[in-house]
Amino acid sequence: MATPAVADTTVIGRRTTQTGDIVARLITFAFAASIILITFLLVWQLWSQSAPTRHKFGFAFLFTSTWNPVTEEFGALPFVYGTVVTSILALLISVPLGLGSAIFLSELAPAGISNALTFLIELLAAIPSVIYGLLALFTLVPLMRDYGEPFLKSTLGFLPWFKGPVYGLSLLTAGMVLSIMTIPFIISVSREALLAVPREQREAALALGATRWESTWQIVVPYAKLGILGSIFLGLARALGETMAVTMVIGNDPKIKASLFAPGYSIAAVIANEFSEATGKVYQSALIELGIVLFLLTIIINGVARLMIIATTKKGSKR
Amino acid sequence: MKLTKMSLALAGLMAVAIPLATAQQINAAGASFPAVIYQKWFEEYRKMHTDVQINYQSIGSGGGIAQLTAGTVDFGASDMPMTDEQISKVTVKPLHFPSVLGGVVPTYNIAGVMQDLKFTPETLSGIFLGAITKWNDPRLAKDNPGVKFPNADIQVVHRSDGSGTTFVWTDYLSKVSPDWKSKVGVGASVNWPVGLGGKGNEGVAGTVKQTPNSIGYVELIYVVQNKMAYGSVKNASGSFVKADFNTVTDAAAAAAKNMPDDFRVSITNAAGKNAYPISSFTWLLIPSHIPDAAKAKTIKAFLQWMLADGQKYAAGLSYASLPKEVIAKEVKQIAKIQ
Repeated sequence: MATPAVADTTVIGRRTTQTGDIVARLITFAFAASIILITFLLVWQLWSQSAPTRHKFGFAFLFTSTWNPVTEEFGALPFVYGTVVTSILALLISVPLGLGSAIFLSELAPAGISNALTFLIELLAAIPSVIYGLLALFTLVPLMRDYGEPFLKSTLGFLPWFKGPVYGLSLLTAGMVLSIMTIPFIISVSREALLAVPREQREAALALGATRWESTWQIVVPYAKLGILGSIFLGLARALGETMAVTMVIGNDPKIKASLFAPGYSIAAVIANEFSEATGKVYQSALIELGIVLFLLTIIINGVARLMIIATTKKGSKR
Repeated sequence: MKLTKMSLALAGLMAVAIPLATAQQINAAGASFPAVIYQKWFEEYRKMHTDVQINYQSIGSGGGIAQLTAGTVDFGASDMPMTDEQISKVTVKPLHFPSVLGGVVPTYNIAGVMQDLKFTPETLSGIFLGAITKWNDPRLAKDNPGVKFPNADIQVVHRSDGSGTTFVWTDYLSKVSPDWKSKVGVGASVNWPVGLGGKGNEGVAGTVKQTPNSIGYVELIYVVQNKMAYGSVKNASGSFVKADFNTVTDAAAAAAKNMPDDFRVSITNAAGKNAYPISSFTWLLIPSHIPDAAKAKTIKAFLQWMLADGQKYAAGLSYASLPKEVIAKEVKQIAKIQ
C-alpha cells in the first residue's frame, strides 16, 4: 500500500517541478541573455560611435601620446600608461595589507573584534569615491609632497621611478588612494573565503603538529586561494575604472614619465573630465574610443587573471 | 461606502493632475557656469506665472549644444558661442542671447607674498606657456615693485575638465600672445604646455592652495564666494584692472559698440579704461522658429523679463549683469523668434 502512494506523490511532484523547471529556465535564460545583450549593445555602440577616430588614426591611436583637442590629434598611450601604472601600484600596496588583515580577522582575532572590524571595513567600501578623492587632495597630497615622496627620493632616488620634481599630485599618490579604496574589497571577500575553509582542515594540520601560523599559511590560505584571487580581481576592477578619486590627485597631465612622482592621467578620468564639453565629432569619437580601450584593457587583464588561476590551481592539484 | 471613497480618491487625483496637465513644460539644458542664476530665474518666473515650468539641466555647454541640435530641448545654453559649423547642423537656426557675464581671474599661492599681484598679457602667457619658470623673473618683478618674490619654480595649475572657463582663458591668451595662438590655441580643453590639472573650479583652487608657489585660474564667482586672493590684469588700454562685477560689465559695454548682430562675440581683451580683459558672456541658445505658438509666446515673455527684472538677481548670486547697451540690442532680437 505504501509503495504506490510514494510513487503517486513523486509523479505529482515531478509534474509540478517540470512546468516549474521550464518556467524557471525560461526566466533565468531571459535574464542571462539580457546581460549578454547589454554587453553586446554596449560594445556595438562604442564601436559605431568611435568610427571617426578609428578611421582617422587606426592603430596609431593606441601608440601615440599627443592629446590635443584644438588640432584634433588624439593618442591613447599616456592614459593607458596612467591607468595600468596606478592600478598596479594600488595592488602592490593593497594585496599584502588586505590579505594580512583578512587572515588576522578570520584566523587570529577574537570573534567580537573580528565582527566589529569587519563592519567598519564594509563601511569603508560604501564611501563614495569623490569623498576619498577630496580627502586625499587635502590630506594625502600634502603628506606625500612634504614627507612621503621626499623620503623615497632620498632613500631610493637612484631608481628611475623615484626621481624628478615632487608635486604631491602624482601617479604614486593616485596609486595610494586606489589602494585605500581596494583594500576593503580584498579584506571582506578574502575573509569570507578564509572563513569558508572547513574546520577539519585546520584541525588536521594542528593534529599533525603544525603551529597555528603554519596551519594558517600552509593549509588554510592555499585552500582559500580561489576566493582570495577573486577578491584581488575585484579590487583590480575597481582600480581600473575608478574616476573621481583618481582625477583629484593624479595631476591630469597626459604625459608619460618614468618617475612615479610625475603627474599622469587615466582613461576613466579623461573621459569624465572632457566628455561633457567635447564638441566636434572627432573629439567625441576619440573619447568613446578610449572607452573601448578601457574595455579591452579590462578584458585582457581579466583574461590573464583567469589564466593565472587555472595555472596555479593545476599546480596545486598536482602537488 | 467603498465607492464614495474611491470616487473621492479619484477626484483628489484629478485635482492634482489637472494643474500639472495644463502647466506648460519647457525644457532647457547646457552650461553649468550660469546654472545657479538660471535656476533662480526659472523659479522666480514660475512664482509669477504659475502655469509655466522651465526645467534646466546643467550638463555643460557641449551637452547643451548637442541636445539643441538633436531637438531634445526647447532651448540650450552655452559659455561659448556656437561655431558656424555647429549652427549649420541645427535644423532651426538658433539665436544667441547673452544672459549674464562672467570673469576668469588668476589666483596664486606664493610663499611670503600676501599682496595682490599685477599681471600683464606677457607675464600671464609666459607663465602658462612655460617660458617664465621662476617667480623672481624680472618681468614679474617689474610690474610688482615692492613684492618679494621667492627664487622658486612656478607651478601652473589648469582645469582638467572641459569648461567654458578654460575657453575664456585660452581665448584671452590667444588674443594677446601670438605664441599661444600658434602653439596651443583656443578650446574648452587644450593641450597644455605645462602644469597640473584640477577638476572644476574647486579642483584648481584646492590644488593651488595645496601646492606652494603655484598659479591657476578660476571663475570670478568662485573667488568671490570663497574670499580668495587674486591678481589684477593689464587691459588693452594699459591699466591694471581687478575683476569685479562692475569691471566685467564694463568690458561688455566697451565691446557693445562693435557687437555683431548675432551676439556671437568674444569680449576678452576689450578696450576701455575699466574693462576687465578676461570676461565673457554666457548665452541662451533660442531656436529662431518655435512651432508651438504657446511655447514661443512664453519663451519670448521670459526673455523680456530676464533682460529687465531678471538682471537684478545677478549681483546677489555673484554674476555680472549685462550693460544697458547690450540689453537694448537683445530686446530687438526677441522679435526675430517666430
